[in-house]
Amino acid sequence: MKLFRMLGRSIRDAFKSVIRNFSLSLASISCITITLIIVAVAIIASFNVNNFTDLIESDLTIVAFIENDTTDKQLNLIEDEIKDISNIQEIKFISKEEVGEQIKEESEVFKVVLDEFEDDESPLKDTYQIKVKDIEKIKDTAEKIKSIDNVAVVRYGEGMVEKLVSAFDSIKKVTYGIVIALVIVTIFLIVNTIKLTISARKREISIMRLVGASNFTIKTPFIVEGMILGVLGSIVPIIFTTYGYLAFYKHFNGYLYSPLIQLIKPEPFIYTTSLIVLVIGILVGMIGSASAVKKYLKI
Amino acid sequence: MDLIRIKHVEKKYKNGVTAIQDLSLAIEKGAFVFVIGSSGSGKSTLIKMLYREEKPTKGQIIVGGLDVAKLKNKKVYKLRRKLGIVFQDYRLLPKMTVYENVAFALEVIGAKKDEIRVKVLKALEEVGLKNKLHNYPDQLSGGEQQRVAIARAIVNNPKLLLCDEPTGNLDPEMSMEIMKVLDNINKTRGTTIIMATHDQQIVNEMKKQVIILKDGHLVNFKEKGTYDNEAI
Repeated sequence: MKLFRMLGRSIRDAFKSVIRNFSLSLASISCITITLIIVAVAIIASFNVNNFTDLIESDLTIVAFIENDTTDKQLNLIEDEIKDISNIQEIKFISKEEVGEQIKEESEVFKVVLDEFEDDESPLKDTYQIKVKDIEKIKDTAEKIKSIDNVAVVRYGEGMVEKLVSAFDSIKKVTYGIVIALVIVTIFLIVNTIKLTISARKREISIMRLVGASNFTIKTPFIVEGMILGVLGSIVPIIFTTYGYLAFYKHFNGYLYSPLIQLIKPEPFIYTTSLIVLVIGILVGMIGSASAVKKYLKI
Repeated sequence: MDLIRIKHVEKKYKNGVTAIQDLSLAIEKGAFVFVIGSSGSGKSTLIKMLYREEKPTKGQIIVGGLDVAKLKNKKVYKLRRKLGIVFQDYRLLPKMTVYENVAFALEVIGAKKDEIRVKVLKALEEVGLKNKLHNYPDQLSGGEQQRVAIARAIVNNPKLLLCDEPTGNLDPEMSMEIMKVLDNINKTRGTTIIMATHDQQIVNEMKKQVIILKDGHLVNFKEKGTYDNEAI
């Protein structure tokens, strides 16, 4: 009962304070708004980078070319040995005839060239197409496959793959870094703006302390106030994210420059992003005001 | 029974000033004690240590069973709820009416509305301000503002009332009015009152216990004491 009464008082006081100190509140809100917009953009960027790294990574395949004179029995052995390697996700056999069909479909030049060969003198080889679980270990896995008997050559786009993986990795790290840095900056800004509203109520706080209000009682209205500022400050960024991303997605038809770089579908992505923005806004407001009021609770 | 027990207390401020040195004394429940001494004698520091605005650097202070020196910042409110404090500068909230100022003390500790109303009206009646409930502090005289502050200090029915120069800003006539109010609280509620002052006339007229401090030392503690300049 008592707790509810105190909470009710806190919420009432918090709303009063937001309205009474309107210009200061507006300053806090706009500062949350601006940073949250940047945070939202950074979130969208990092999620998308993550998304297409995953897509590209899942597309990476090791191709093992098998010696021409391999018997069916030996083929089965090879398959079993490859399956025994721990990093293997999926393995698919494609015979030289199927490879030939694929190549002919892709290029007219190859079709003309390949058609000159008889079936039994085809320059192509049977292949295994192998997908791995952990893309970073693709080199090791490829080497293991190569050491298997009757495997002629192994290809996985060496060099290019490593570069891509490390490039995506740094992009991810940078975007995460930006998001974290922005959140910290916002907290500092909020601390300072809320400190102003609090210092206007210094006297009230000191009297509260004198007459025996607990720190919890004194702190709660300010923390609720911070939350309200956070919620108000995330409205514009949420609208911006939702409609901005929808428009962006529509404008680029779902991919950037090449169909390889797919954008995340707007639903439910925009809802998750909005939720993350809202939660960051609320947390930032709370942490900001809690640390701003701390100083006054030591009298 | 002693309400306050002070043992070998020393207070040294960070700037090196020693405000209180080896002070030991006990104050009984229901007592009315003046703390007198010249400026810088440690009166205010003593009062501040009793409500733990300042912590002693050495020694022990027990107020109503609470070890004040060891009280954590978070738990200070437990001590403050046992006592009322009155200052020279009243410390009222200017945007609140007389009633709201007094009720504020109960609201922030989570009292019920009905209870607040009864207690606030009773406290304001005791200080003789029941007819000014809806006035704002700046519409009142200094003496009246101080009486509002006293009402706020006693509204929670504390065992102890600390007054730090409550008449310092008031003329002799208003000062005596305040003293009558305090004496009445002491008698009817049985509240222990400790009052720091250097108002000679008041001390001599009231004939209460007197603690005399000089340079942070206890010089004298006497019943029905008087304020003579020789003692200080």
